[in-house]
Amino acid sequence: MEIPYTVAERPDTGLNNGKIGIWLFLASEVMLFGALFASYLMMRIGATAGTWPRGDSILNVPLATLNTVVLISSSVTMVMAWASLKRNDFGKFRLFQGLTVLAGFGFLTIKYIEYSAKFHHGLLPSTNTFLAIYFTLTGLHGLHVIGGMVINGYLWGPGSKLWKTDPEHFTNRVENSGLFWHFVDLVWIFLFPILYLL
Amino acid sequence: MGDHTDIDRQVRTYIIIFATLMALTFITVAISRLHLPVPAAVALALIVASIKGGLVAGYFMHLISERKLIYWVLWFTVSCFIAVLLLPLWSHFDPIQN
Repeated sequence: MEIPYTVAERPDTGLNNGKIGIWLFLASEVMLFGALFASYLMMRIGATAGTWPRGDSILNVPLATLNTVVLISSSVTMVMAWASLKRNDFGKFRLFQGLTVLAGFGFLTIKYIEYSAKFHHGLLPSTNTFLAIYFTLTGLHGLHVIGGMVINGYLWGPGSKLWKTDPEHFTNRVENSGLFWHFVDLVWIFLFPILYLL
Repeated sequence: MGDHTDIDRQVRTYIIIFATLMALTFITVAISRLHLPVPAAVALALIVASIKGGLVAGYFMHLISERKLIYWVLWFTVSCFIAVLLLPLWSHFDPIQN
């Protein structure tokens, strides 16, 4: 028995199940990161004057700027992957989806270089409050990047079999995983200035 | 055929949005080099980040043409998020006096 409204839209909401589901999940993710942003805010304004470091005095702004470029580019390739499926071009979909996953690897590689440099200089989460919230926020974000890469990699690889039997359902899956990936990009768009530039 | 024209138009929009996001990223970094007073720096950084976030949400996530139910879910979420930000702030600036 097939689950209804996986492709067809529900007449009352005008949405299919996957779309409602992913947006509800993203709403929960907003609260997860929102709570950590609120913690950052409280710790920063509660810190003794002059003790909270400027982000650019400790962190690597050029590398983080490069990471921002990488993640924004991956958002473009992600939406282009979906657009390719809407144009019935499976080959282009594989190209753009593959580029999205590769960009994720690029982001994590740069993050690895950043973290290694910090640890090499003895800058750990336990060093001070700023670094504690920095590693927590970027670490949690990094885990989300890994999760997104797993889903996108699956849809690029074995999951793409669904295109042959139910192309519309597959396109919806790519759109929904794209929504998660854009959210990951959105979080970084706020993390970057807050942690690195202020 | 109509669908292809729509998608072609959307793809052109995506490329324009991408260029705008790149420009805003470099503007954000340039602003930070001015070493403005903290309140101004924070305000400007958040304004630029919000514009970038709005572009990603509106165009890449297709929020600009989404259904009402999604908007309701998001408005409720944003309200809760603002409460999570503002309530601790309020308690910080209104401590118990001895």
